[in-house]
Amino acid sequence: MPQSNPAPGEPILRLRQISKSFGAVSALTDIELDIHAGEVVALVGDNGAGKSTLVNILAGVHQPTTGTIEYLGQPVTLANPSAALGMGIATVFQDLALCENLDVVANLFLGHELSAWRLDEVKMELRAWALLSELAARIPSVRLPIASLSGGQRQTVAIARSLLRDPRIIMLDEPTAALGVAQTAEVLNLIERVRDRGLGVIVISHNMDEVRAVADRIVVLRLGRNNGVFTADTSHEDLVAAITGAAENSVTRRQKSRADRDGGAAHEQR
Amino acid sequence: MSNADRPPATAPLDRSDNRLRDDQSFAGAFRAFLDRVRSGDLGMLPVAIGLVVISLVFTALNPVFLAPNNLVNLLFDCATVGVISLGIVCVLILGEIDLSVGSMSGLASAIIGVLWVNAGIPLVFAIVLALGTGALVGVVYAILFTRLGMPSFVATLAGLLALLGLQLYLLGSTGSINLPYQSELVRFGQILIIPDWVTYGLAVLPGVAMVLGGLGTNRQRLAEGLSPIAIRLVVTKALILTAALLFAGWYLNLGRGLPWMFGLFVLLAVVLNYGLTRTKWGRSMFAVGGNREAARRAGINVKRIYMSAFVLCSTLAAAGGILAASRLASSSQQAGTGDVNLNAIAAAVIGGTSLFGGRGSAWSAVLGIIVIQAISNGLTLLNLSSSLRYMITGAVLAIAVIVDSLARRSRASHGRG
Repeated sequence: MPQSNPAPGEPILRLRQISKSFGAVSALTDIELDIHAGEVVALVGDNGAGKSTLVNILAGVHQPTTGTIEYLGQPVTLANPSAALGMGIATVFQDLALCENLDVVANLFLGHELSAWRLDEVKMELRAWALLSELAARIPSVRLPIASLSGGQRQTVAIARSLLRDPRIIMLDEPTAALGVAQTAEVLNLIERVRDRGLGVIVISHNMDEVRAVADRIVVLRLGRNNGVFTADTSHEDLVAAITGAAENSVTRRQKSRADRDGGAAHEQR
Repeated sequence: MSNADRPPATAPLDRSDNRLRDDQSFAGAFRAFLDRVRSGDLGMLPVAIGLVVISLVFTALNPVFLAPNNLVNLLFDCATVGVISLGIVCVLILGEIDLSVGSMSGLASAIIGVLWVNAGIPLVFAIVLALGTGALVGVVYAILFTRLGMPSFVATLAGLLALLGLQLYLLGSTGSINLPYQSELVRFGQILIIPDWVTYGLAVLPGVAMVLGGLGTNRQRLAEGLSPIAIRLVVTKALILTAALLFAGWYLNLGRGLPWMFGLFVLLAVVLNYGLTRTKWGRSMFAVGGNREAARRAGINVKRIYMSAFVLCSTLAAAGGILAASRLASSSQQAGTGDVNLNAIAAAVIGGTSLFGGRGSAWSAVLGIIVIQAISNGLTLLNLSSSLRYMITGAVLAIAVIVDSLARRSRASHGRG
């Protein structure tokens, strides 16, 4: 990337009054979001809260209907995915976007191969191994086609690919949804390592424990609007309340009835 | 990458996973080959089997088939349609098709006849103009496909008719222009033969390149801490290849020898093979053919890739048309019609390039066209009419496509993409 990285704590990305409508449906209304260097921001919300729309806007897939995006203090437009990539915003999409007919190395370096007119396979393979071992990835060989890898292995390849080009911000859409226990822990470690390198990280997840374990700030979206910013020590109940929009909601009702039932059972045994 | 970044494992970096089977030995390589075939990754196998069957059948019916000079003629014929087939490989890798390559080759041969013989323009300029016309047609197809969303088979089907019309218009009422027999162009297409010693040199070249390339790669891999590739296997393959090529060269030299025109065809295949396997462009071609959306998100300029493939295909079709004109010593209304189109497509598919995109190789055009021309040549030797030839070639194409689509289904279920 051209300029030097901003110091930790300095804002990299500011979204102001971002709205996006698809026809009559407003998916996002007046969204405000700041991403600073060296912090992990978790984006949480129920289904339909607008998380994916926001990610797509930052990845350059969709354009906002109104609102401004400031990148390093400059107003910018993210016209297409390669504009966002070129600026240093890397995205790991939920559907991963890998070419199944190509091997791991080819997918990692797709579009950014070393020496365009005489591919340096050895250097690329070496860099691929280094990246994957950093991720503690369990991939038997980087010369296997993606088609023969498991879902978790594909996720690892997709994350490794986004890191390959030294982005300033990395967005992970449900990064651990398909991962095993060890791989999930490794990805969370990796997210912290990336943050310590001074990058901004946006994580979208439905797993509250994971979110509180890794995020410095938790931004809650609800029905396409901001619904509060929380820190990692916010209680589970408060987060759920912000996500669902009420202290009294289906989750608390369920917990309450369950607690009553357990309490009753314990009482009977005695 | 510094040494500190690497794990202190004793095994090389890429061999540390114990789930990975070691296929470095001869037995291992053979086992890996069997696995590939069983899972539907057939590669060159159908061609090899096809060639053996064809040779046995036609030699039994007419021993002239295997005579050195008949094979020399066969190679002359292969070069013309083979060059067209190289372009087809490019569009097939993207999962698209160009049905107008026959008409394009006919138009190119008409342009040579009209400009060079009738108008007296120097041959070099006529050739450049014919190739330029091909490139222009490719640009039009690419624009129709990427900007207007026209399916490539419709765009090129329209092109088939339009280009054929242009060819007939250019040739006018006479319908045929003879090219001068003493010209270099016609001599190239009918007479010029690579000298014996050059042929033997060329036969040794690929094997030497394979071994040197393998040694170079291994030096680099060992220096970087990766496991070496099995050099014994490379040397064995190189020896077998060299022996086969030397035998072929010696056998052809019993007759007239190896045609320069076939040499040009193989040279083009070598260049295309390098482009497809060793450059960023080639990698992008396979990526777009495998998953267009993933390629776009990876920052590949998908439209430019489509443009490059269509332009390359039409230009190579024009080149094939020029070679066909030199082979026949004429530009006629019949040039590029009949089975040229389907032969070019069939050759690529028989050689192992998938109609479904994402898989293929320049060598598939070379081997595929030899199969197609061997069938055509054998049937001609049996004095069969073109009606029967068409039917048999059609059946061969159908079989090739069936094998392709069955193999694809099998690959999908074996996780080989």
